[in-house]
Parts: sequence; structure tokens; C-alpha cells
Amino acid sequence: MSINEEVELLKTVPIFSKIEPAKLKLIAFTSDRMTFDVGQELCHQGDIGDAMYVILGGSADVLIDSPNGPIKVAELRRNGFFGEMAILCDMPRTATVKAHEKLTALKIPKEMFFRLVAEFPQMAVEIMRELAHRVEDMNGKLAAAQAA
Amino acid sequence: MEKNLFKYIWRHSRHDQLIILFLVIVAQVFYFASLSIPKTIVNDGIEGKVFKTISEVSFLRVSVPVPSFLSSSGSLTLFDGISLTQWPYLVAMSCLFLVMVTVNGMFKKTINTQKGRLGERMLRRLRYELYDRILLFPSAHFRKVKAAELSGMIKDEVEPLGGFIGDAYVQPAFLGGQALTALLFIMLQSIWLGLIVIAVLAVQAFVIPRLRRRILVLGRERQLTARQLAGRIAETVDGVHDVHSHGTSNYERADIAQRLGTIYQIRFDLFQRKFTAKFLNNLLAQITPFMIYLIGGYLVLFGDMQVGSVVGVLLAYKDLPGPVKELIDWDQQRQDVQQKYEQVAEQFQPEGMLPPALQALPDGPVSPLSGDIVLTGVTVADDGGAKPIDGVSLVTPIGRRLALVGPQGGGKEVLTQVMARLIRPSVGTVRIGDVDLSSLPETVTGARIAYVGQDVYLFPVSVRDNILYGLKRRPVIPAVYDDAARRERERFVAESRRAGNPDLNPADDWIDYEAAGATGPGDIDRRIVEVLRAVELEEDIYHFGLRGTIDAMARPRVAESILMARDELHARLADPALASLVEPFDRARYNRNMSIAENLLFGTPVDRTFDPDNIAANPHMREALGRVGLETDLLQMGVAIAETMVELFADLPVGHPFFEQFSFIAAEDLPEFRTILSRLAGKSVADLDDAARARLAALPFRYIEARHRLGLIDAAMEGRLLAARRAFAENLPAAAAKAIEFYDRNLYNAAATLQDNILFGRIVYGQAQGPQRVGALISEVLEGLELRGAVVEVGLDYNVGVAGKRLPAAQRQKVGLARGLVKRPDLLVLNDATAMLDGAAQQRVLDKILDACKGRGVVWALNRASLADRFDQVIVLQGGKVTASGAPGDMAGDKNFADLLAAG
Repeated sequence: MSINEEVELLKTVPIFSKIEPAKLKLIAFTSDRMTFDVGQELCHQGDIGDAMYVILGGSADVLIDSPNGPIKVAELRRNGFFGEMAILCDMPRTATVKAHEKLTALKIPKEMFFRLVAEFPQMAVEIMRELAHRVEDMNGKLAAAQAA
Repeated sequence: MEKNLFKYIWRHSRHDQLIILFLVIVAQVFYFASLSIPKTIVNDGIEGKVFKTISEVSFLRVSVPVPSFLSSSGSLTLFDGISLTQWPYLVAMSCLFLVMVTVNGMFKKTINTQKGRLGERMLRRLRYELYDRILLFPSAHFRKVKAAELSGMIKDEVEPLGGFIGDAYVQPAFLGGQALTALLFIMLQSIWLGLIVIAVLAVQAFVIPRLRRRILVLGRERQLTARQLAGRIAETVDGVHDVHSHGTSNYERADIAQRLGTIYQIRFDLFQRKFTAKFLNNLLAQITPFMIYLIGGYLVLFGDMQVGSVVGVLLAYKDLPGPVKELIDWDQQRQDVQQKYEQVAEQFQPEGMLPPALQALPDGPVSPLSGDIVLTGVTVADDGGAKPIDGVSLVTPIGRRLALVGPQGGGKEVLTQVMARLIRPSVGTVRIGDVDLSSLPETVTGARIAYVGQDVYLFPVSVRDNILYGLKRRPVIPAVYDDAARRERERFVAESRRAGNPDLNPADDWIDYEAAGATGPGDIDRRIVEVLRAVELEEDIYHFGLRGTIDAMARPRVAESILMARDELHARLADPALASLVEPFDRARYNRNMSIAENLLFGTPVDRTFDPDNIAANPHMREALGRVGLETDLLQMGVAIAETMVELFADLPVGHPFFEQFSFIAAEDLPEFRTILSRLAGKSVADLDDAARARLAALPFRYIEARHRLGLIDAAMEGRLLAARRAFAENLPAAAAKAIEFYDRNLYNAAATLQDNILFGRIVYGQAQGPQRVGALISEVLEGLELRGAVVEVGLDYNVGVAGKRLPAAQRQKVGLARGLVKRPDLLVLNDATAMLDGAAQQRVLDKILDACKGRGVVWALNRASLADRFDQVIVLQGGKVTASGAPGDMAGDKNFADLLAAG
């Protein structure tokens, strides 16, 4: 896929939707487009994170270690992103992400991520929205767990 | 060391000095003859004065003029000669003149060569002796001296001695003789004038040295300040990281400028005084003729002196200043050199030098140490009077594992150094079995005791040579020479002996294989790998090996193994799950994971001819591209790349890391490309000037389709680039072909790393964890073929850099540990030698080292008392004293030890 096609693809990703094409090109150029085979890990819980991933195709499972082995807590599909927490808060990865089917993802280095967030508040808002959704989801699950 | 330079010179070179003196005297005869012949040629040969009275004259009649009291005729006939008429006489005399000049020249040459050789030999001897003394310095002295100052003294400060030594005795003897002859002649003419000349000379001899006294002091200061400057420069280099991290470079500048200013002052002062002395000297020299005129004239006018005598004295006096002046110069040089020598000699005789016998060369292997280690009342006091070790007594069998624990500075560190004899006790003794440790030669302690401290010094050689360094105590296997080389070596050795240097040969094999538990060069690597595993360094060395290159001619076995690994790897890559990881090199296909330059070259550049910076401008490359009509296309690609880069990076600040990481164009060049593009707007690239076109044409060479993804290379372009690849290879001149190692599936590529040779392709961009997965695959392949050892062998060739700085601290420490372990010492003394390793690694390495030293003694100063349970005996040191001692199991009741355990 050439860089121009990639830019077209990125335009359809919600968090990038408000970013001008020239910047998208820079994102595409400086970010690695990675291919993962089924079962390959995108990141591992506890590792140090230095990049955020945006899924461009395929799907992945989000797994969290538990005493009874890893538990699947969510699934990521096209346009989904993850990894922003580790680079925002400089903390280890909070979950393992494993390719469920053959998957392509854009790996945005920490450096680029901060630049983007600083330059495009809209992107920060998109990320906040997603984080809020996750907290809401978590609250719901917590309530359900306590009720059970 | 001899304090007086002249005694030193005389002791070591009197034989040569006398030979030179003899040559100089003999040479005078010929010199005199060569001066007197021209006169005879003119007078007798050409003007024929002699032939006016007789028809034949004797040729080769040799007569020497002597003062009249020796012979009434004023000359002494040595040989009567052959009778010749005028023309043959002229010919013969002319030829004789030529012969004399030649003989004279040859004498000069021989004398100078002899002097030069003598000087160089003495310089060599002196330098060697100084270096030898460094090796015998007491270790405490190294806290006071700077390395750069020592090396500066041996290298530069004694250098002028070499030039002087040849003249040290000959010059004054010769010049003094000349001066005395002239003086004698003057005295014979007139006692009075003679006395005047002597008086003026006496004033000269009295005044000039006085003027020089200050010059000598300044000279000494000049030498000292220059030496300190060298020391300071070395300090800047050693501490450069601290200079940068504290931003103190200007402070350093100030200091150096201050020193340079002082040196300037001293040197300028020196010059001034030197020239003043010279001026006075010349003045005094001219006073003599003045006095001769005045007093001689007075004596002629009012006394009984003849005019002729005054003229004679003047003439004789004319010959006097030459030698006297040279004598004065010689004397100046003598003082200069003598003072340099004394200055240096003083620096090389610290208190407490080691007796040379401690470092004598052993005849053969040394026998193991056995018995108990017995410390009796050992106290170590430092310069300040503090006692890091205070009255320690202990007895322990040498084969025990001894853990020394205690607070930092409590004495455990110093105690290890005492046991390794790096520090000598101020009071008390250390004995091993029935020998006093301090009397053991270093070759014995070096072979049987190994010490590894926190700081490990590595020499700038390979990892292997650093590990084997501890085994080089005596030549074990003599170097093998063919006849010619052996004769050369014998000459070399003879010369070494003449200069008082040892005849040891660094080309011999000095490695004590037996001590390392190997049989010879063939299996020493096996032992090295064993110790590398014990210190967990083998994996790192394996990676050095993968990144290393080898000379396939010198190591055909390794090259062949690597080709086997290449075949095996590519067989595995046939698996569809792995095939996407690597794009192999294929002469018939364009490799999208290589740059355009690499694709065109299809090989590894051996030197700078075809490296990425130069390839675009290379005439052969341009010619090949022109032949397949690609030049314009590449130029267009360059335009496309420049446009994209200008667009993408336009508003990034200069110095942004993206430029270095991603851009084809350096930040500072971006405006230039923007200008080129704006000039291009709407026009054809053909309208651009050559320089702009060259800039654009160079851009695509670094372009990698799979990585940069600008979509510049489609299938058709791939085909044309392949055509260019062929065109380039076909017409390559032989000289340029040597600059490339072409990729060939069946050949080892000596310019590429082992890893690239095995891979024979490129790791595909954008495959998750591609490099790691390929690395694991290569490792698996090498493991399967049992070739890991071959790679480690190559890794051992890795050069560690100056002071091991190409290795991180932890690896340096591991190399130090490996160096100690490979000796299989009776006693391994470790002073917190795993400090640079992380906690878990420390524990693992400690266990492995203890395992490797089973049955042999280990003394380990531990920073973490919790590791002490692995030892036979624990000794707690606090305030320089032993506060508790016993088996780890019996220590539970000791409060100090419990505290240390609690502290971790």
C-alpha cells in the first residue's frame, strides 16, 4: 500500500478524521504499518510501552492476566486504538493485545502521538471520548460483578 | 637511577665513545690534508713555482706542519712520495684532492652515523629503563602521578638526550683541543696577549654561566609547565563526560588558557635571556681583538713587540672563537640536557619501589599454592593515617569459600586487595602455607591468585585477547621463523641487548594454555566459552559474532559453516508462515526492502567508492544508468521525493528527531530543496543547472519502496532498475569491481556481517517483530547445525575499544571476571566484582562462578549479605576489624550480621 492510499484509509479512522491530509501523510510516513499474524501479540501486559496502535484491518483480543490465566476483557476492530494509556502515563502496558485474525495496525511512536495531541485538540477529544466509554464500560462490569 | 647524566652515559657507552674519539682524531689528519692540498695545486700544480727550479717533484709527500719547537723546518715529513713532472703532477694532485675530500666525507659520515647510533641506543636504553621503573612503582605512587605526564616524559622529554649523547664526550674533547692549540700558539707569540685572551675567556667562563643560571631555572619551569599541560589535557579527555554533563567547558578553557599564558611568559622570558646571553657573549668575544689591537699596539709603539707578532696573534685568535663558541653552545646544550635528565630521573624514583626480583621471568609453570591463608595482625594505614584494616588476624584453608561482608568502607574491600597483594600491610604479615605473600614473585601470585575488582581495565584489543591477557606471564611457544626472518630476528635481539633491553619476543605465544586447562591454541576457545557462560556473557558475544565480519580466506571453515546456515535458513523460509519475514537476494528480482542504491549495486560496498554518499556521483553508475535511459526517471523520482519531504517536514523545527529518523533531506538542506522546487515550477528538469540536478538525482538512491511507501517503483520501473543492475555489473572496470562484494547465493560475502551472510536477504518492513523472529530463527538454525560456537569465535574478535569503552560497564565487568576465571586460580579474590549487574543477574553469576571454582578458594567481598549463605565461611568486617566469623548457619545469633541481612 502506498502512502497516499494509506492517507485515504486514515481519513476514515474517526480519531484522525479532523486532521488535515498533509499531517496525515506525515503520520503515515513516520509510523510503521505493521502486519500481525493470528495469535501474535501487539503488546504484552507489564511491558514498557513506547507507541500507540490504530487498527486498520482485522481484529484483536484484549487480555488481562488473572490467577486463572488470561481473561478476555474486550475486542478491538478496525478503527479501534489502544496503547495510549501506557504512553500518556508512562506506565507498563495494562493488558495484552493479541491478534485474533490477520491484522494490520499503524504503530504511532510516542513522540508523534504527543505532537498530534498537542496540535489537534480534536484528536485529544476523540481519545477522551474513547477513554470515557471504557470507564463507563468498566463501571457497568464492576456493578455486574458486585451484584453477582 | 644514576643522578648524573654524564656518569650514566659513560657507564653505558664508554666503549663507543672512545671509538668515536679515535675516529675523530684520525679524521683530523685527512681533514688537514684536504685543506692543504688546494694550496699546493695552485702554487705548484698550476703556477708551477716548484718546477721553476726542478723538473720533477715528489708526489704524495705528506708533511704536517708542527710548531717550530718540534721541527726547525716547521713541518714533519711522513712519506717521501713519487717523482712527477708538472702536468702529471697537477693531475695527480687534483685526483688526490678528490680522494681526500671523499675520504674526509666518509669519515664525517661514519662519525656521524656512529654518534647517531650511539645516541639512539642510549635513548632506547633510557626509555626502556624509565618504562621498566613504572612497572616497579609501588601502587600507592599511581595515586600521585598522571599517566600523560609519565608518557610525555618518556616520549618527549628525554628525546633531546639522544642527539646530545653522541657529542657528550667527543665534542668537548675535540673543540677543547682545537682551542688549546690556538691558545698555545698565541702564548708562544706573546705571553701578555695570551694572558689577555685567557682573561677575557675567564670572564666569559665566569659571566656566561651566571647569566645562564636563570635560564636553567626557566628551562626547568618550562619543562614542568609543559608536562602539567599534557596532564591537564589528558584529564579533560578522561573527564569529558563530566565536563559536558556539568557544562563546565568554559572553566576548562579558562584553565588551559591560563596555563598557556604562563607557558608563553616562561618561554618568552627564556628567549629574551638567551639572546641577551648571546649578545654579551659576542661582545666579550669582540673585546679580545679590541684588547689585542690596543695593548698589542701599545707594546709595539712603546715596548719591544714586533708588528708581525701582533698580526700573528690576531690570525690565531681568528681561529679561536669558532671552537670556543661551539664549546659554549655545547655547554649550553649540556646544561639543558642534564637538567632535563635530572628532572625526569627524579620523577622515576619514588619511595618503596618493588624489588625487580619480584617480576623475574619464570622458567616454567609455577606450582600451586596450598595450606592455610594466615593473616597476622594485618593493619593497613593510608596517607592520612586512617586505618581501613586494623589488626586483622585470621586463619583459613586456601580452598575455602570465604564471604566478606560488612558496611561499605568497613574494610572488606581493602582486605581483598591485601589478600591479592595489591596492597601491602603497613603492619603484620600475610602467609599462604609457609611462604610470606609479600615475597612471592608476581608471576606466582599472577598465576595462582586472580583478583577482580569493581573497575576492570580492558586493553584496546579483542574480547578474546582481553580474556587471555591473564595467561601471558612468559613465552610458552616460541614464534616460528623462516631462515631470513630468523636472521632478521637475531639481529634485532642483538641490538636489543646492546641497548640493555630484554630479548623477549611479543610474537611468541605467551598464552599459558596448561594453566587455562587447555592443550593449545586449538581448544582454548572451548575454555573461553565455558567461562563466558559462567559470567553470562556468551549470548552477548554471540551477537557480536553475528554483527562481525570475517576474512573468508583466513577462516574458510567458518565461512563454509555460515554458507551451510544460509542454506538451512532459506530451506526453513520456504514455510509459508515464515516466508513473509525475509525477502531474499535474487539477481533476477528487484528487492523492495532494499534501497535503490543497494538494488543497483546488488552487493556490499567494500570501501567508500560505492557507499550511499558516493554512489550517485560515481561515474560508472551514471554511465550504466545513462545506458538504460534511467537518468531522467531517477531525477523525476528525486523531484517527487523532494516535493513530499518539503510538504511533510516543512513546519517541523530544525533539529526535530524526525529529520534524522525519516527524512531523506537534512533539516538544514530543506530550504535549498524548496528553492530548487520553486525554480522548477512549471519547467522541465532539463532546465535546472547541473548542481541542482545532482542534488535531486542523489535523493532516490536511499529510497526503499517497502519502508518509505511513496509508490515510486512499479513493476515496469522494477524491470528497468534490474536492467540498470545488469548494465552496471557488465561494464565494471576491474578496479571498481574490487570495491564491491556481489551477492552470490553460493559464495561467502566477506564485506557483510555473519548475520547478513546467513540471511542473504532483507528483513521485510512492517512485519510485527520481524527482526526478533528472524533473529530467533537464525539462532535456531545455528543451534541445529552446531554452529553457534563458530559465531561466538568470531564474536571474540570484537575489539573492546580504548579502556573497553565500546562495551557497557556490565559487560566490561564480565570480561574482567572471565579473565580471572580462565586462569583457574587457587584463590579467586573478588571485590564486589558483580556490582554493575542487576540483582537477579548478580545472584545467578555468583552461583555459576562458585560452581566453576569448585574445590578452589574464593574470597568474595559481598555487597549483599543475603548472598553469604552460599559460602563456607562468613567474616564480618566493621571499622577495619573482624567483628564476627563463622559458617553461615552459625551466624544467626550475630547482631551485626543480622543487621546486614536486614539491610539486604
